[in-house]
Amino acid sequence: MSYLVIVIGAILVNNIVLMQFLGICPFLGVSKRISTAIGMAGAVAFVMVLATIVTYLIQKYVLDNFGLAFLQTIAFILVIASLVQMVEIILKKVSPPMYQALGIFLPLITTNCAILGVAILTVQKEFTLVESVVFSISHAIGFGLALALFAGIREHLDMQDVPKGLKGTPIALIAAGILAMAFMGFSGLV
Amino acid sequence: MSQWKNFSKGFIKENPVFVLLLGMCPTLGVTSSAINGLGMGLATAFVLVMSNIVVSLVKNIIPEKVRIPSFIVIIAAFVTVVQLAMQAYLPSLYKSLGLFIPLIVVNCIVLGRAEAFASKNNLVSSAIDGLGIGLGFSFALVLLGGIREILGSGKIFDITIYPENYVTLLFVLSPGAFIVLGYLIALINRIKKN
Repeated sequence: MSYLVIVIGAILVNNIVLMQFLGICPFLGVSKRISTAIGMAGAVAFVMVLATIVTYLIQKYVLDNFGLAFLQTIAFILVIASLVQMVEIILKKVSPPMYQALGIFLPLITTNCAILGVAILTVQKEFTLVESVVFSISHAIGFGLALALFAGIREHLDMQDVPKGLKGTPIALIAAGILAMAFMGFSGLV
Repeated sequence: MSQWKNFSKGFIKENPVFVLLLGMCPTLGVTSSAINGLGMGLATAFVLVMSNIVVSLVKNIIPEKVRIPSFIVIIAAFVTVVQLAMQAYLPSLYKSLGLFIPLIVVNCIVLGRAEAFASKNNLVSSAIDGLGIGLGFSFALVLLGGIREILGSGKIFDITIYPENYVTLLFVLSPGAFIVLGYLIALINRIKKN
């Protein structure tokens, strides 16, 4: 039951992008086409779950053990940076077209606040390891959902007659606002 | 004159939020009031100035290949300083900014300036660049936070402007952040064109 609460809470109620404002850069940057959006969501999901597990273990067995909690930010960002490097190397070998499509945004996962944000939230909420994994997977799904929905909206927006001054980013942000309004309907679900 | 230009470009011409569209997460996340925006902006400005100074000092020692990780460690160190200082002296602000203080470390603006400016320029220009961009960022956050606070809770900096019965709560909630920023960017684009 408590796992279900975590899952629904993370995907719908406290959606990481639309309600918590984490990971806005890829949300605006790679959401022009659904295919790229899904690729990005996959890369983020993979890094997010791995990073949460590794940072959880580091927090529990290294930082807490030796009273080094103040080094949290530095330690976590280093772990995430090296994980991203690893994913980049693997993706380059396994799927070159996807590597090309994600281009500049892959190294930018390092500076994607969604990853570090979820890692820190997990520690703050004092989850167990299993709960942390569920928490990070749900957040990754929530990120993918928001990104895919938004990419779908933007594909249609391209064909619409938008007022000249609002073209590009402004109309995208306003559309995101309306999408966030829709997600507010889920509040109170858990 | 050129140092003045270097400083002032951060406000409109190269404003990190309105023009470069960087650092969107804290921009949207903490601006439910003007004071939160100001706190976040100044914290980021401090990190920007300090990391720009250190990066420009050590730019010749750091090998090309590991420069990004080194920059991130330098930034993370100053973020930790801000985090601990704020926790000690401004606990209420620290509480309302919450997660976004440690997340300054992944703010693209800070790393972007280290990579694009401080690693190529001398100490003084780098410090001025950091200060200009940091204050430009604060300006954007205060503007956005102020508009949202006035529309959403009828106050600014705790001064009541109109009674609470007439507020549109939506603007302090998450959709309001996206919508207000969207219109602000449209407005800035228009100003820049003239």
